Amino acid sequence: MECVKSPCSLELRDITFSYPGHQQPVFSGLDFQLCNEKIGLVGDNGSGKTTLLQIMVGLLKPDAGKIIFNGRVMENEKDFFRLRRKVGMLFQNAEDQLFCPSVLEDVAFGPLNLGQSQEEAREISISTLKRVGLSGYENRITHRLSGGEKRLVSLATVLAMEPSILLMDEPTNDLDHDGRHRLLDILTGLDQAFLLISHDWDFLAQLCNGFYGLDHGRLLKSDTLQVHQHRHAHPLGEQGHHHDHSK
Amino acid sequence: MISEPFAIGDSLLHRADPAVKITGALLLTLIIAVSSSLATPVAGLVLGLMLAAGARLPLGPLYKRLLAVNLFILLLWITLPLTGGGEAITPLGPLDLSSRGIELALLITFKTNGIVLILTALTATSSILEIGHSLERLHLPHKLILLLLTTYRYLGLIEQEYQRLRRSAALRCFSTSTNLHTYRTYGYLIGMTLIRSYDRSRRIHKAMLMRGFQGHFPLLALQATRPADLLLLLFFLACGTGLALLPVFW
Repeated sequence: MECVKSPCSLELRDITFSYPGHQQPVFSGLDFQLCNEKIGLVGDNGSGKTTLLQIMVGLLKPDAGKIIFNGRVMENEKDFFRLRRKVGMLFQNAEDQLFCPSVLEDVAFGPLNLGQSQEEAREISISTLKRVGLSGYENRITHRLSGGEKRLVSLATVLAMEPSILLMDEPTNDLDHDGRHRLLDILTGLDQAFLLISHDWDFLAQLCNGFYGLDHGRLLKSDTLQVHQHRHAHPLGEQGHHHDHSK
Repeated sequence: MISEPFAIGDSLLHRADPAVKITGALLLTLIIAVSSSLATPVAGLVLGLMLAAGARLPLGPLYKRLLAVNLFILLLWITLPLTGGGEAITPLGPLDLSSRGIELALLITFKTNGIVLILTALTATSSILEIGHSLERLHLPHKLILLLLTTYRYLGLIEQEYQRLRRSAALRCFSTSTNLHTYRTYGYLIGMTLIRSYDRSRRIHKAMLMRGFQGHFPLLALQATRPADLLLLLFFLACGTGLALLPVFW
């Protein structure tokens, strides 16, 4: 499978990985390629979804196999530094991702590391916050934000680096109905390729054009999306939601 | 959780450049701390009161802070007048009430209260975030500033994690008493808090690597020194000189 036209591609070739002290490898001989697609990844807890993402960006080193980014094999930390300028990752826990005292500083951290000037970093941070609907949050104290706000700020910190590939690890966790909707709107508007881990089938179905399942260390591609309508009853009927069947 | 009761406000001192305030506070408190005559600490206390009034510090938290400090001073007043040596004023049972001891206790009282007031009015009127940035501008070691800022960011979280563990212990009917079970449980609590904090720090490091971290933590500039701040610096210099020279002319 070649993807020639794609401006940016990330490929795993024949990856074997096991955690120290574990007999059973998490992956053995795993292949995967992300080109210009929007991929959804599902799998049971502990099936290695997060591990897969961390291997892709060099945060975990595989025992064997190659990581190829834009046609180049990534070998050392310097290569991965270059890769990480182009590949953004949204962590499972927003609390881990936001380590600066104030929101603006957190968003500006990446751009400053990429060598932008103070003014440029400030400008892009403010515009990115606006993009995720958090205008006016610049000087808020990070650890006093709500869970949903933290999630959106995390997304802003990644988007501010203008990545060409996005890796997202269960971004709908700890979001309420409105927060989930906002995230959906923002992600729908993205033109980057992405790999999205989620247990939220509806969310994946609305965003992705390719699906993979991770099962016992193997990636299974599933191209068919079966859409069906269902009806169900809710308790708390006066606070019920509506299904949008036009999409 | 760190609360910053004095950091919010819009007095002249709140708006002043924290770097200038830190420099001023360092200068004034040092001069007061090392003086051996009573004149400088008394003047320092008056200056501290004026600065506290100028910063319009909320009185409740200020009293609380001063009370905490003066509890220690009270201990000194119990011991120093009896053990200070020097000329005896009057015998008190087997001990003597010493004039030198009373003088020393008085000196420490003025010094301490003056210093606490000055520090509160000048440094506590900036948030920890601003203080961190200002220390960077004053060219303190980058690593220390990083420690200060990340500690500030994560202390609350570590405490939350500890409380969560405590609650889960309490929910299973754990109550403290003087026995091995209690000690062991507290050992587990502290151990687990440490392990979780360590795990978290690893995850944070990964998040930092993902955003291009290469060992240097860039800080986004928050403030710059304005002409009015230089005037304030001059004022602190003048006060410092005055305090230092006071014993000569007294």
